[in-house]
Amino acid sequence: MSSVTLTRNRAWLQEYGVYLAVAVLVLFNVVFTENFLSAANFRTQLVQAAPVCVVALGMALVIGTEGIDLSVGSVMSVAAALIPLYLGAGPLTAVIVAVIAGLVSGLFSGFLVAHLGIQPIIATLALLVGGRGIALVIAHGQLVQLHNPDFLALGTGDVLGVPIMVLVAGVLAVLTGFLVQRTTFGRQLVAIGGNRAASTLAGLPVKRVLVGVYVISGALAAVAGILATARLGASDPNDLGLLMELSAITAVVVGGTPLTGGRVRVLGTVFGALLMQLVNATLIKHDLPASAAQMVQAAIIVAAVYVARERSSR
Amino acid sequence: MTTVVTTTAPVLEVAGVTKRFPGTLALDDVSFALRPGEVHALVGENGAGKSTLIKVLTGVYQADEGEVRHLGEPVTFKRPIEAQQAGISTIYQEVNLVPLMSIASNVFLGREPRTRAGLVDWSTMNSQARELLAGYGIHDDVRRPLHTLGVGAQQMVALARAVSTDAKVVIMDEPTSSLEPREVETLFEVLNRLHASGIAIVYVSHRMDELYRVCDSVTVLRDGRVVHSGPLAGLPRIELVSLMLGREIRQIREEGVTAFGEEHEVEKEPLLKAENLSGARRLHDVSVSIRPGEVVGLAGLLGSGRSETARAIVGAFPLDGGSVLLAGKPLKRGRIAAAVRAGIALLAEDRKADGIIPNLSVRENIVLAALPRLSPFGLIRKSKQDQIVRIFMERLRIKAASPDQKVSELSGGNQQKVLLARWLATGPKILLLDEPTRGIDVGAKAEVQALIDELAQEGLGVLLISSELEELIDGADRVVVLRDGGVVGELSGDAITEENVLAAIAAEGDNDV
Repeated sequence: MSSVTLTRNRAWLQEYGVYLAVAVLVLFNVVFTENFLSAANFRTQLVQAAPVCVVALGMALVIGTEGIDLSVGSVMSVAAALIPLYLGAGPLTAVIVAVIAGLVSGLFSGFLVAHLGIQPIIATLALLVGGRGIALVIAHGQLVQLHNPDFLALGTGDVLGVPIMVLVAGVLAVLTGFLVQRTTFGRQLVAIGGNRAASTLAGLPVKRVLVGVYVISGALAAVAGILATARLGASDPNDLGLLMELSAITAVVVGGTPLTGGRVRVLGTVFGALLMQLVNATLIKHDLPASAAQMVQAAIIVAAVYVARERSSR
Repeated sequence: MTTVVTTTAPVLEVAGVTKRFPGTLALDDVSFALRPGEVHALVGENGAGKSTLIKVLTGVYQADEGEVRHLGEPVTFKRPIEAQQAGISTIYQEVNLVPLMSIASNVFLGREPRTRAGLVDWSTMNSQARELLAGYGIHDDVRRPLHTLGVGAQQMVALARAVSTDAKVVIMDEPTSSLEPREVETLFEVLNRLHASGIAIVYVSHRMDELYRVCDSVTVLRDGRVVHSGPLAGLPRIELVSLMLGREIRQIREEGVTAFGEEHEVEKEPLLKAENLSGARRLHDVSVSIRPGEVVGLAGLLGSGRSETARAIVGAFPLDGGSVLLAGKPLKRGRIAAAVRAGIALLAEDRKADGIIPNLSVRENIVLAALPRLSPFGLIRKSKQDQIVRIFMERLRIKAASPDQKVSELSGGNQQKVLLARWLATGPKILLLDEPTRGIDVGAKAEVQALIDELAQEGLGVLLISSELEELIDGADRVVVLRDGGVVGELSGDAITEENVLAAIAAEGDNDV
């Protein structure tokens, strides 16, 4: 194979590899896994992928600006910790408060990155460490069982046969896609990731866009925290969202968004989240331990980054 | 330079090389021979295939057909290091060194002298570097980080590095584009030495004066083909230009060297007034005014504060003092977005670093700055966007496969046009053009010059920065001369001549810092 065809194949793989991988895994499971084709199983897979998918959408935007948001898992736990405190005032109030907490967290990270010029990895690392601390203080380190049926419906309910969690993730994905493709904000964030100096000189509101991106990521992480808490039926600030930042980054990268910024692939990110979920499910159904799933995930990440290598170096 | 014996066998040769890229034939049956001790000019418009040919010679690309011969033997350089090991060094337009490492370390990168214990022998390395660089006019402390040198000096370091690696062939891609005249002289001295010691040089440049001064022979590429190859002396300039352009000589004579027309109708009241701009020890009380319909040239050597002045006007250069007024209203300092909204556009000098967004399409690069206007409530209206893109691609004759093509795949000239389109789409009142024709092919250059003329006629105020005197002399209605960050002279009308500009630049100043 000449180097040109190799490059072209790689480009193709980065573009469509994640869809191919999901298709292959689905086919494999249809043939080799019992009950895979059942509706119940489909629901389970999608519902389990939903929180990661929601977080990854925000992560994809941040990565598009050549940034990274490590705080998402901790923001989820803050959201979870706040819910039992405000559930008395109604599920809507609790959800709103939790989302506001996510917005504020994003505002904080965004301020550090955009206005103080702190590197994203450091700025959001601060909140990764501090955020969970705050969550534990709010919740006094306790796991709280939740009983409000309206709130729990977010995690277990259906609308027209579609699980609410899946619906929420789907709507958010469509909105994110619209944001990236059809709004000035979306085009500006991609341009900033592609060449920040040029974007600044072109008069783009660089700081505002950067803050906006982290705010969106924070809000989406809070939504994921709400959904995961509702599904769990309990507020668990200790464990909720642990290592979520890594799962989200994996979904984004596997979905074909380069870590070097300047490009955001929303559908790819959704499929990246699905792929990682399917890998886990497949291995578990075939009685392989969770450690095996981790190793397979590692292999997929390396493959995705390898495929992306040539393009980003251009 | 003196003529050399051309009967010696070529040190490097390509025969019948063809190179294809998706959608384009970059090199079409190209043959080219380089003999020891020869300075060989490689010229052609952008997109003619010069860069591709260089990349084939240096192992970055492999030829699809034909062969590369090194000392008569067919070779295939699979990667750049193999070409380097064969004694072929390349100095690129952008310096490819490590900015944070010391000057000496950069010279010896990868082949540092060692002590007996196998550690880097710093004192030997530093003294060797010092000695070597003195021959290139660099007398700075070699322990300083490379980035503390000016771009020109960095390029000299790159050259010193290349030559000291026992290069037999040195390929120079527009080596003088970022050099000051003094540095250019040093470079030519170095070239003379290399020439005398039998090193073959491939010299890529757009500057006619230089070519005729230093080159023995010339190969002209056009559309991926060799249209001429032979000795340079005896080939009239006008014929060389016509070979590059593929136009009739008569036509060029009629049109003159640059594409600028007559002077413009200029209104009396300045549209933009920049007053007493000072900052960062690089600007001292610079005042410039631009009237509607006027092209104001900014002349001066590298580092004289030309780019800084332009950047300061839009707020991209930190100022300690001074003010910018547009139509009598002061602009807030350091607010680029506000300046852009008010109608000031800066075409930055460094196309790659400060201009294009490489992985976005031509369309997206064009609409980038104008996007907010085309998008009520932040929602992009596709039809409006496509219309703008179509208008400017046609008007500036941007050559791209489609508006969806990545801008990084275009030639330099077309990238520059995309950037001009980006600014024109914002409907600016003031255009600040920092070296708008640097490093672009002759054809695109003429088009850009004609466009500047046209825009001034339409009533825009233009600030034109150029290192090419003829561009300023032909293009500007008024020329402001800068030296060491201060204004040292202003010429207008018939007083704008090469001698006067040079005299102003070279005059003994009393405001030297």
